[in-house]
Amino acid sequence: MSDILEIFMSASFWAAAIRIATPLIFGVVGALICERSGVLNLGIEGIFTAGAMAGWMAVWLGAGLWGGVLVAALAGGFFGLIHAVLTVPLGLSQHVSGIGVTLFATSLSYFIYRTALPDVSSPPRIEAFQPLDIPVLSDLPFLGPALFQQTPLTFLALFLVAATAYVLYRTPLGLAIQAVGDNPAAVESQGLSVYGLRMGTVVAGSAIMALGGAFLTMSAFDAFFFGMVNGRGWICIALTVFASWRPGKALLGALLFGAFDAFQVRLQTEVGSFIPGQVFLMMPYLLSIAALIVVARRADYPRALLVPYFRGQR
Amino acid sequence: MALPAKDAPVLLRLDGITKRFGALTANDAVCLDLKQGEILALLGENGAGKTTLMNILFGHYVADEGSVLVSRGDGDLSPLEPGSPHAALEAGVGMVHQHFTLAENLSVLDNILLGTEKLSTLKSRRAPARRKLEDLMTRSGLAVSLDMRVSQLSVGEKQRVEILKALYRNAKVLVLDEPTAVLTPQESDTLFAILKKLADAGLGIIFISHKLAEVMAASHRIAVLRGGAKVADLPTSECDQRQLAELMVGHEVSETVRGTGAPGDTLFILTGVSAGESRESIRDVNLDLRSGEILGIAGVSGNGQTMLARVISGLETPFAGSMRLGERTLTQANARTMIDAGLARIPEDRHRDGIVGAMTVSENLAIEAIRKPDCQRFGLLRFAAMREKARAMIDAYDIRCQGEDSPARLLSGGNIQKIVLARTLETEPKVVLAAQPSRGLDVGATSEVYRRLLAARARGAGVLLISEDLDELMRLSDRIAVIHRGHLSDAEPTETLDRGTLGLRMAGHTMEAAE
Ligand SMILES: Nc1ncnc2c1ncn2[C@@H]1O[C@H](COP(=O)(O)OP(=O)(O)OP(=O)(O)O)[C@@H](O)[C@H]1O
Ligand SMILES: [Mg+2]
Repeated sequence: MSDILEIFMSASFWAAAIRIATPLIFGVVGALICERSGVLNLGIEGIFTAGAMAGWMAVWLGAGLWGGVLVAALAGGFFGLIHAVLTVPLGLSQHVSGIGVTLFATSLSYFIYRTALPDVSSPPRIEAFQPLDIPVLSDLPFLGPALFQQTPLTFLALFLVAATAYVLYRTPLGLAIQAVGDNPAAVESQGLSVYGLRMGTVVAGSAIMALGGAFLTMSAFDAFFFGMVNGRGWICIALTVFASWRPGKALLGALLFGAFDAFQVRLQTEVGSFIPGQVFLMMPYLLSIAALIVVARRADYPRALLVPYFRGQR
Repeated sequence: MALPAKDAPVLLRLDGITKRFGALTANDAVCLDLKQGEILALLGENGAGKTTLMNILFGHYVADEGSVLVSRGDGDLSPLEPGSPHAALEAGVGMVHQHFTLAENLSVLDNILLGTEKLSTLKSRRAPARRKLEDLMTRSGLAVSLDMRVSQLSVGEKQRVEILKALYRNAKVLVLDEPTAVLTPQESDTLFAILKKLADAGLGIIFISHKLAEVMAASHRIAVLRGGAKVADLPTSECDQRQLAELMVGHEVSETVRGTGAPGDTLFILTGVSAGESRESIRDVNLDLRSGEILGIAGVSGNGQTMLARVISGLETPFAGSMRLGERTLTQANARTMIDAGLARIPEDRHRDGIVGAMTVSENLAIEAIRKPDCQRFGLLRFAAMREKARAMIDAYDIRCQGEDSPARLLSGGNIQKIVLARTLETEPKVVLAAQPSRGLDVGATSEVYRRLLAARARGAGVLLISEDLDELMRLSDRIAVIHRGHLSDAEPTETLDRGTLGLRMAGHTMEAAE
């Protein structure tokens, strides 16, 4: 028992929880922005992969780390645009288009990687983002290593949560996004463009999702592997529901999941000798499902989610 | 009513508007003028093209021919960019749609603010907006709480928000599509008082309505559409109701007469039924319906009618009391057991509970009978038979649509109601539950509904008629009970009642005195 308590008392546990949560924060914020306007983006898993690959490759080709981040966002925006065109003006099924984008983006990323590097056995490495050294804060006892020794992308993720909340609740644009996800006719009858808003949010949301992928190859690791996204996108879709489409709760959900995961790894080393490892791997997912069951029953869905809008039709 | 000045400037001109949907001509070279300070009523039967015309004016639809001209202040009329609600709003045209266009997840204030600020602005300026709105509210008499979420508002309040939206943008022309269809009589009176005030302040107002009495009372001028074309445009002082009804439907409309009925045995009984929690609940409701009679239930909406209808339809399980239909006692009823027991219903919200918009007219007509052998065989639907039956019903009930295969959502409101009516009465049910059956229907369709309900009664069915319209209740019902705050009074023969007492009871007066 005291071993378990010790896990929570260690700074490295909290640092790991935040690190694991970072790509999820990007993903859930991106998914939330799309869904608030009424478009489900199941392309997320592929967009993660594309962001991971494109960002890493840009850096490997010499674009510099922030150049890589930009390239990852552009790649995400590109796949977001495909999804947006298919689902918004053309009004196709958001599920089908999203899965299609995931398959397309994943395969295309692998294909480009393999074509560019046909015969490497171990993936080439890049000089990844290093933890920031923030004066005073990083040197605090316990809190410093637990919370403030993270790479710049983690701080970017946290900033994006705050920015999204501000835009959504405080600006005319945010009002319009909330309204178009609830009743597109309300937006149109106030003279705004339903298509413009929805396409804009899907592209922007997808660009943010891709940063989650970029974090994996440029911050958490320093290379690109096949299958490295490993379902993180799908977790973000579930976390969006868990968060009731609110940025603050989204951050909380991602951190919770990160903590579960970090805990699982540590628990495995404590008691792994008599419980099979797979049980631990399952734990964050089981706990997520349990949390979803409790929260999602009361979830306040955007009423127009999944419903395409056609002008001049009733 | 005080007329606007003879030489008042024209605010808006529709010039030869034609709109086609496939083979159907919804608007046929319509010309219309609206002057400053004028209230114009637009009449026409269901599907005549009123909503379409207004949607063209507001830029939701693009006309195939013709143009919309608006005055730009200096008295000159200039054409409005077609197909752009934004341009219409800029030119001072405001519209209150037949189905509200509000974002339910936002506050009243945010709904009004939506689209009025540039999207690149970094902060919504709510404080000045609030001041302007408070000023507007005191001047116009439209009161709503600005911080409420729209989902919590009543229908009447939502409508006030819609009007405020237009006024906030300094509308010069206000269009209201069937504003009173969902309002109680009191709310309608308030609305018209406000509209009159706005017109006196210089707005031009167009409203659509099927209620001839209010059209006569509240308008300066009346335009009538029939089959998409304008067939009349006269000052209100020169028309009467009978003439208007004829202009709308193209032939004389006969008054429905009830005649004496021959009530038989008791068919349907509710004993001590209670259901629901909040405002919309019913408590200890007793009711008995005999075969061959129409039992009216009068009440101001929001007093438990919706819950009563849901319980009887089997959609809500009461926590106390029991229901009995014919020989069967139904405690744990659901929609299917009620239908099987012989109940048919005309739901209050026909768009939500009456049809599936994406499905075709013929599927919607068959939807409650799909387990019957004429619709399916070995679990497979018989589409050809369903279509054939649908064609017969479309003829019999005069449902105006492009065919039995067109999606039901494309039909006009009145024609959707006819689908529900056809489906309901076709099965020859023992008990008919009709909730607000003539809401939004034109005079012709309304008299058709009355005729059908009376025919069901003559056949020996029991009809439960829930309505807010006292004229309708007095005309059709053999007995009337009043519902107030979830309590239902004993039913009394219509002959012993008059509008005055009913009105008082609906407001809860005599009931409280009796308690
Ligand atoms: N988007 C559309 N596509 C196809 N047909 C349409 C469309 N909009 C309207 N119609 C058809 O045009 C006709 C006119 O419809 P409209 O809604 O203007 O009638 P209305 O006069 O407002 O009737 P109501 O009194 O029932 O509201 C109807 O037959 C309707 O089915
Ligand atoms: Mg209409």
